Amino acid sequence: MQHQDLPSDYFPMVIQFIVAVGFIATTMVATHLLGPKRKSKIKLESFECGIESQGNARIPFSIKYFLVAILFVLFDVEVIFMYPWAVNFKELGTTGIAEMFVFMVLLLTGFYYIIKKGALKWE
Amino acid sequence: MSSALIFTTILIIVIFTITLVIAMYSTYGERKVAAFLQDRIGPNRAGPFGILQPMADGVKMFMKEEIIPDMSNKWLFILGPCIAMTTALMTSAVIPWGNSLSIGGESYSLQVTDVNIGILYIFGVVSIGVYGIMIGGWASNNKYSLMGALRASSQMISYEVAMGLAIIALVMMTGTLSVKEIAAQQSGGNWNVIYQPLGFIIFLVCAFAECNRTPFDLPECETELVGGYHTEYSSMKLGFYLFAEYINMFISSAVISTLYFGGYNMPFIARFISDPNLLTLLGTAFLFAKILFFIFFFMWIRWTIPRFRYDQLMNLGWKGLIPLSIANIFITALIMWLTGKVS
Amino acid sequence: MTLSIFYFLSFLAILSALMVVVSKNPIHSVLYLIITFFAIAGHYVLLNAQFLAAVHVIVYAGAIMVLFLYVIMMLNLNAEVEPHKSVWLKSAATVAGGTLMVVLVGALRTSASVGSPLPADANIGLIKTLGKTLYKDFMLPFEISSILFLAAMVGAVMLGKKETK
Repeated sequence: MQHQDLPSDYFPMVIQFIVAVGFIATTMVATHLLGPKRKSKIKLESFECGIESQGNARIPFSIKYFLVAILFVLFDVEVIFMYPWAVNFKELGTTGIAEMFVFMVLLLTGFYYIIKKGALKWE
Repeated sequence: MSSALIFTTILIIVIFTITLVIAMYSTYGERKVAAFLQDRIGPNRAGPFGILQPMADGVKMFMKEEIIPDMSNKWLFILGPCIAMTTALMTSAVIPWGNSLSIGGESYSLQVTDVNIGILYIFGVVSIGVYGIMIGGWASNNKYSLMGALRASSQMISYEVAMGLAIIALVMMTGTLSVKEIAAQQSGGNWNVIYQPLGFIIFLVCAFAECNRTPFDLPECETELVGGYHTEYSSMKLGFYLFAEYINMFISSAVISTLYFGGYNMPFIARFISDPNLLTLLGTAFLFAKILFFIFFFMWIRWTIPRFRYDQLMNLGWKGLIPLSIANIFITALIMWLTGKVS
Repeated sequence: MTLSIFYFLSFLAILSALMVVVSKNPIHSVLYLIITFFAIAGHYVLLNAQFLAAVHVIVYAGAIMVLFLYVIMMLNLNAEVEPHKSVWLKSAATVAGGTLMVVLVGALRTSASVGSPLPADANIGLIKTLGKTLYKDFMLPFEISSILFLAAMVGAVMLGKKETK
C-alpha cells in the first residue's frame, strides 16, 4: 500500500483545528456567562503579594534571555538542515557522512566559542 | 463528503474526548500518586475513592469569577490560554493510535492524518506553544508573570534544540519522518529504544522540560514566583493553562511510546488472534497502557526529584544535552557505517 | 477547490500583513506576522512543498518570531513613550514605501507567467527529494552556510556580551 503524499493530507488538520477552536471558544463563552461578576477596584489590581504594586511590570530584563533566543534561532536552523540529511542518511553513504562531519565540526567550533566566551553562563 | 472524511471527523472528536478525559483524570491521578508516595490518602470525598473529583474541579473552574486585571491587555490576556490549549490539542493529529480498522470492506487508519513530515509537524506545534505562555505572561502586566513567562519560554526553546538533535539520530535509522512508518518499522518487538537508548533518555528529559514538569518547573516555582506566568489567571483561563500542561504530558507520553517503544505494535500476539479488527483494538489498548505508564512516570519523577536551579537547568540543556545528542548522532553514524547499513 | 483555498490563503496573508503595519500595539503586529507566516506555509503545502512548509512554521513562526517578541518585550514600546514623528518624516516614509510598491508591481508585471502551480513531479518538494538535491548537487553552498552560521554565532555572542561587561 503505497501512500501518496499530497496536499490533501493536511485537510484533516484543518478539521482538527476547527474542532479545537470551536471547543475553546464554547468553553470560554460558557465560563464567561456562568461565573459571577463582582468587580472592585482592588480586586482588579495586579497581584503583588498583598503590598501596593510598584511601577510598571514591563521592566527591561536580562539580556541573557535575548542571547538564548538568538542562539536558539541559529541552532534551530542548523537542526532543520540536518533533517533532510538524516532522512537520506543510508542513501548518501560515506560522502554524506563526510559532508555532515565538516558541518558538525564548524557547528561545534561555534558552540565551543560560545561556551568559552561564557555567553551561556548564568549567575 | 466521502466516508473517509466522515470517519476522520469522528476519529478527531473521539481522540479529543479521550484526550480531555485523560487530562482530567491525570489531575486526579497526580493527587493520588502524590498521596501514595507521601503516605497520605488523597482526594476521597467526591464519589467512591474520590473518583468524581475531576468533575467537581471542572465544574468549579466553570463557575468561578473571571478576573481580568485592569492593567492587562484584555485581548492578549484571553488569547494566551487559548493558544496554549489549541497547540496542546493539535499535536494528536499525527500520532498513530492504532493500525487500521476495516468497517464494511473499507479500511480506515486510526490516525487523523499520515503526513510526510509528521515529526516536524510535532516540532512546529511545540514551537508555537511557547507563544501561549509568553503572550499570557506579558499581557498580565505582573512582574511574577513576566518572569515566569521569560523563564518558561527560554527553557522551552533551549530544550527544543536538544530534542531536535535527539530525534535526528532516530531519523537516521528510520529514514522517514512519517510517524506511522516509524511505528510500523518497530513491529515484532523491534523497539527503537534498544538501538537508541541515549537518544531516548535525552528525548525524555527534554519532554519533561517542554511540559514544564518537575524537576524543570521553574516557570511556576511557587516559592519565588507565586504562580509563574498564570499568577493573574482565574476561572477557565487558568483551567486551560493547567489542562494544557496535562494534555502535553499525555501527548509527550504518546510520542515517546510511538517513537521509541513500538507504538501500537504488540509483539507475539498476531500469532494467536486472526481477526484484524480485534488485533488493532488490542494494539491501541497496548499503546494506551504504555502511555499511562509514562504518565505515571512523569508523576513519579515529580514527587521524587526536587526542582533545579535556573543556572543548572540552562547548563543541563545547553552544555549537557546538546553535546550529548551530537555525540549520539556521531555514535549512530559510526555504528551504522561500521555495520554496513550505509550504502 | 485548490484555487479557492489559494485565494483564501492569499487574502489572509495580505490582510494580516496589512494589520502588522497598521496595528498600534507591537505585540499585535508580531501575532499578525505569525498569521501571515502560517498563510505562506499553507501556500507551500498547496505546492506540495511539505518540508518547506514545516521549516517555515518552525523557523519563522516558531523561532524568529520568539526572538522578535523578546526584543519587543525588552524595549517595552508603549504608545506613550513612542517618539512623535513629524509630518515630513511620515510623508517621506509613505513616498519611499509607495515607490517600492510601484517597482515591485512593475517587476511582477513584466516577469513571465509561472504557468501551472503544481510541478510536473509531485514529489519534488518532499523531504527525501530535497535532501538528495541539497546534499549531492548543492554540497558546497551547504558547507558555506555552516561558515555563515559560525559567523552569526560569533556575532550574537559579541552583541550579547557587550552589555554585561
